Amino acid sequence: MSALHFDTQQSHFALFGLSPAFRLDLRQLERDYRTWQTQVHPDKAAHLPAAEQLLAMQQASWINEAYQTLRSPLRRARYLLMLHGIDTQEETNTVMPMDFLMAQMEKREAVVEAKHLKDVEQLDALNAQVEQEIADLEKQLAIYLDDTQDYPHAAAAVRKLRFMEKLGEDILAAYDEIESR
Amino acid sequence: MALLQISEPGMSTAPHQHRLAVGIDLGTTNSLVATVRHGISVVLNDENGRAMLPSVVRYTADGQIIVGEAAQLMQSQDTANTISSVKRFMGRGLHDMGEISRFPYRFVEAPALGKTAGMLQLRTVAGIKSPVEISAEILNVLRRQAEAALGGELVGAVITVPAYFDDAQRQATKDAARLAGINVLRLLNEPTAAAIAYGLDNASEGVYAVYDLGGGTFDISILRLSRGVFEVLATNGDSALGGDDFDHRIYCWLLEKSNLSALPPQDTRLLLTHARAAKEQLTEHGETRITAILSSGVLIDQVLTQVEFFVLSKNLVQNTLQPLRRALRDAGLKVGEINGVVMVGGATRMPQIQQAVGDFFGQTPLTNLDPDKVVALGAAIQANVLAGNRSGDDWLLLDVIPLSLGIETMGGLVEKIIPRNSTLPTARAQEFTTYKDGQTAMSIQVVQGERELVSDCRSLARFELRGIPAMVAGAARIRVTFQVDADGLLSVAAREMRSGVEAAIEVKPAYGLSDADIMRMLQESGQHAADDMQARALREQQIEANQLLEAVDNALEQNGNLLNADEQLCIRTQMNGLRVALQQNNHQVLKHATEALNQATTEFAQRRMDQSVNSVLAGRTLDSIE
Repeated sequence: MSALHFDTQQSHFALFGLSPAFRLDLRQLERDYRTWQTQVHPDKAAHLPAAEQLLAMQQASWINEAYQTLRSPLRRARYLLMLHGIDTQEETNTVMPMDFLMAQMEKREAVVEAKHLKDVEQLDALNAQVEQEIADLEKQLAIYLDDTQDYPHAAAAVRKLRFMEKLGEDILAAYDEIESR
Repeated sequence: MALLQISEPGMSTAPHQHRLAVGIDLGTTNSLVATVRHGISVVLNDENGRAMLPSVVRYTADGQIIVGEAAQLMQSQDTANTISSVKRFMGRGLHDMGEISRFPYRFVEAPALGKTAGMLQLRTVAGIKSPVEISAEILNVLRRQAEAALGGELVGAVITVPAYFDDAQRQATKDAARLAGINVLRLLNEPTAAAIAYGLDNASEGVYAVYDLGGGTFDISILRLSRGVFEVLATNGDSALGGDDFDHRIYCWLLEKSNLSALPPQDTRLLLTHARAAKEQLTEHGETRITAILSSGVLIDQVLTQVEFFVLSKNLVQNTLQPLRRALRDAGLKVGEINGVVMVGGATRMPQIQQAVGDFFGQTPLTNLDPDKVVALGAAIQANVLAGNRSGDDWLLLDVIPLSLGIETMGGLVEKIIPRNSTLPTARAQEFTTYKDGQTAMSIQVVQGERELVSDCRSLARFELRGIPAMVAGAARIRVTFQVDADGLLSVAAREMRSGVEAAIEVKPAYGLSDADIMRMLQESGQHAADDMQARALREQQIEANQLLEAVDNALEQNGNLLNADEQLCIRTQMNGLRVALQQNNHQVLKHATEALNQATTEFAQRRMDQSVNSVLAGRTLDSIE
């Protein structure tokens, strides 16, 4: 099979008839996503010739990608910055504020400890804390991206958000490990 | 030719002609076929009025192949040649099977350069058989049963697979269907099929958990049903846990109680059969008596109580709860947010399962549809839509990939490319570069699973890219696109971005069969079958060619303005070529001509698509203004 052809020139926002912005109506996005899939999903093309089935698959994949990008605050922010020509440098830019890094390390250690002690309550508390910090970062991102157009600060917030989401995943993995022992 | 659905009305070649399509539940223990008749999904019975075909295949020395009940009756006498629960072996290597001695078969490790790479095989009196071939025999019986009942040839079938089946297991299932001469409209996840049957039957809305414990596989899927959309939020499971394992626990208990150790295969089979009967008895009764005479003359006579059985199987029941927690977490939901729990699979009749699931979710599970039939019924509904009998506009199915796909990176680590529970179809592109001057080839190892080390995941295939233009190290930019289709099957494409050269890809599947293997198996199954297959392939190609011609005709009529005169001429030339090819009864010629027309209309399709994209968007904008 060849690379995707489905109008890749169009931005994910345009695909959903939206202007590029961090704040968006997720309910409306979901409704539009469903409308799109009703049009292009491969199940709608299963009785058509192979070429049309292939095209349906590519279109539906593209719409899934666009939807998943816009739905996730982290991916949406990263994508917006990319549209503005800014690389979030999540792999390369490891310069983080010292206090943030210290706080991260402490939380990570707390997760490991809670896991060893099978302390579900402690995990719950950590999880709530991480969720709160993620919500705060998302609020900041909305301001940097939509109000003040402060992209360097937005990029830094994206890097922090990435850290926090990773920590959130570690917490979920810790629950899993406690339960399966 | 890419005609969009939007221009669909009146496009099918024979409007209002009902196209025969079925749903097939290819189960570990039993298999069923169902279809939609007069708008209602019904299971098709065999000539003796039986709905369920035991998934048992027996090979005899004189070349007969016996499928179903007749084979099942011979299990204890002719154990090594009578294969049951073959689904457990699909897409699996010998090393995946754990304790081999628990199966009374003669396994053959796939030879390194043999006919099947990696998938285990079984030695029978009729020769070495792959699980794909054995499954194809079951599918063949169901296809013939359906064609006899419906009085015509099938356009295609939806075949169900456990949601937690990986790529290799799905591919093996699709290959088996191909071998049985079945056009696969879709591989559909079993819990999703059940949700369709259940949801459409009850007009349900809300978030549902489908707990599906079959003969050899366990799935849990969390779905949101709303306004005609069945959206799978998360799925989890264990593709090697099912009712068979409960039988095995009883079998082990029997051995222990009777002070027996290793038994000859026919005795193992005999006791497993008794164990299953005992398990079924214990669903309704407080205790059951197991009596059997072994080949050595030893008499087995034991009484098993329900309470003892609950203790014996406690761990198995517990093992299904962890996937439940994982699925809920992946869906971002709490137990209390589940509106209903649907039970699927014969093994969910066991009271300890009902109890454990009820306790876990804090509500009584729903069992108002027959747990043995609900999957086939849902598959039939989907098959009916996919065959084009109904527009399907009224509902949509969004399913997910059960296990993450990744590639091997430095040091045997896995880099995830497509995370589990991504909505299908999905595609992800990744760029690679060369590390040596003049390098023209590279290979990519694709794995499936959640672990960080390649060695802990399932190896799916090695993709070897060739024909990369020679450049200095690090200059080439090779964009590899990983595409997972609506069946959950992976394909890979690669292109060098600077030169635009499409790299040739050779797939070396870890467990799958090559096209040549399939052809050889067809040959082996008798020249007749191979002829049938070719005739069928020709007919299918003719249908596709006619559909394509009609679609292009319609498209030219509607959107001919998107093409200039030269472009129109080019397309019309290819159309004539295809019409000429249709006159000859040659599959290859027809295929080439069809591909040529497809090629010639790709750009046209793109323009039509862009236009319809705009019109859909325009529609949306209008909606939101109102």
